[in-house]
Amino acid sequence: MKRSRIGYWLFLAPVLIAFSMVQIFPAIKGIYYSFTDWIGVGADKNFVGLENYKYILTKDPQFIHAFGFTFLFAMCAVILVNLVGFFLSLLVTQKIKCANLFRGIFFMPNLIGGILLGFTWQFIFVQVFDALGKALNMPGLQGWLSNKQTGFFGLLIVVVWQLSGYMMLIYIAQIQNIPDSVLEAAAIDGASGFSKLKSIILPLMVPAFTIGLFLSISTSFKLFDQNVALTNGGPNNSTQMLALNIYNTAFAENDFGIAQAKAMLFLIVVAGISLIQLWFTKRKEVEM
Amino acid sequence: MVQKKAGLAGLTVLGAVLAIIFVSPIFILLNNSFKPLRDIYIDILALPSGLYLENYTKAFKALDFVKSFMNSLGITIAATLAIIITSSMAAWVLVRYKTKTSSILFSIFACAQLIPFQCVMLPLVENMSNMGFMNRAGLVFMYVGFGCSMSIVLFHGFIKNIPLELEEAARIDGCTMVHTFFLIVLPLLKTIMVTVAIINVMWIWNDFLLPQLIINKPGWQTIPLKTYMFFGQFTKKWDLATAGLVLGMIPIIVFYLTCQKYIVKGVTDGAVK
Repeated sequence: MKRSRIGYWLFLAPVLIAFSMVQIFPAIKGIYYSFTDWIGVGADKNFVGLENYKYILTKDPQFIHAFGFTFLFAMCAVILVNLVGFFLSLLVTQKIKCANLFRGIFFMPNLIGGILLGFTWQFIFVQVFDALGKALNMPGLQGWLSNKQTGFFGLLIVVVWQLSGYMMLIYIAQIQNIPDSVLEAAAIDGASGFSKLKSIILPLMVPAFTIGLFLSISTSFKLFDQNVALTNGGPNNSTQMLALNIYNTAFAENDFGIAQAKAMLFLIVVAGISLIQLWFTKRKEVEM
Repeated sequence: MVQKKAGLAGLTVLGAVLAIIFVSPIFILLNNSFKPLRDIYIDILALPSGLYLENYTKAFKALDFVKSFMNSLGITIAATLAIIITSSMAAWVLVRYKTKTSSILFSIFACAQLIPFQCVMLPLVENMSNMGFMNRAGLVFMYVGFGCSMSIVLFHGFIKNIPLELEEAARIDGCTMVHTFFLIVLPLLKTIMVTVAIINVMWIWNDFLLPQLIINKPGWQTIPLKTYMFFGQFTKKWDLATAGLVLGMIPIIVFYLTCQKYIVKGVTDGAVK
């Protein structure tokens, strides 16, 4: 093609303008702001060096708590979401009746946004579980979301319910990529259902696991809407996750500089874990 | 063979049980949205005693439903169209001009997806409020900034596999770059456009935090924002709340039922590529 430099830049211009104004410049500014005592839009910013980072790591137990809560939550959510998603994908790719209907239903929760889902489940946990607990005389179902444990499990249930259908779709695509001939050959050689799963399906599924793990790790670490709508971090901030902690530091406590520094630590942790996971699962991928 | 059939029947039953568990929260919500508050507290699992629609008329008003629906719809459509046009233009030149600049720009777009929103949130709000972008048009602009990176990656992967011949023939016939792109290339991108559109619609329609930070007039609020405000006012009024939540879900569920095939394909392709 004829090389028109002006044309090249004109075609890139709209995206470059929006992208740099919305992501690149704010990100660069953000790095600087994390070293200042900024307290809100329009306020002065004085350079304070590493003070914000020091404060976060030594004098902010709420952040450390939110970090631990988020980490534990993300670990449980990633494992459960992928296990359930994988199981569902195996189920709906069998020659069962209504497989397409089931697939459609399992995926549906994904489309409804976190705010609406969070409030819906608040109703289920607080009202329906309570009524069920009374009717069935099971005290364990009563008082959900009123303490840290039920808040944790509540969030976990919501996220597994919402995301496993998404993972299911990714895993279905991969299962359908496995040639029938491979599975038939295994069957002729006398492989049982379980050994087919272990020796053929699972190793060939690794590329899909790379994607599934990557998406579920980043979604669970960055969870915000569901956290706000379900418990809003309560009671007593015991179910506050990292994204909500950063939000509250900025908008409830007006510590913009500290919130910005927390966001930087957040970036390092999320990007770090994602990259380690990518490196780890990529090594395990096999060629078909 | 008999054993296999029994096994499949068992799996069908299992699938049905799981499907019922998956829809039950929505069903319970729907069921209670047709009851007066007193009946919700008396027996939450009972079916409504009659067709009681008052919750809906009240929630419809409290949510200012027509207005919030139009806001959500307008913002989602405008942002998605803008993302599709600008990202496909950018991806096309990034593929066709095999220069060092192109590959650097492409890697920046690809890596930007790792940046959590919280990292740019505060400086972004500062910039946008200084520039007077705290409105619906500003929001659309920001969605282009956030949505373009993933969309460019998707278009890039697709355009790489389109043969050059057509474009070269067009150039020999004297087509300008703009003509070549809009008349020849764009029509070839239909399949990937659907994927990009679905992914962006799902995200933008449901987005809460960005509009929450940017939109400051009640008349501009989208459905997720309005739902959030609504809960601030009526926390314990579950009669209104259940109806409000059902109302909020209707548009996206109708969208799903009408375009299920494209949505499933779009989501899968978007994730796998």
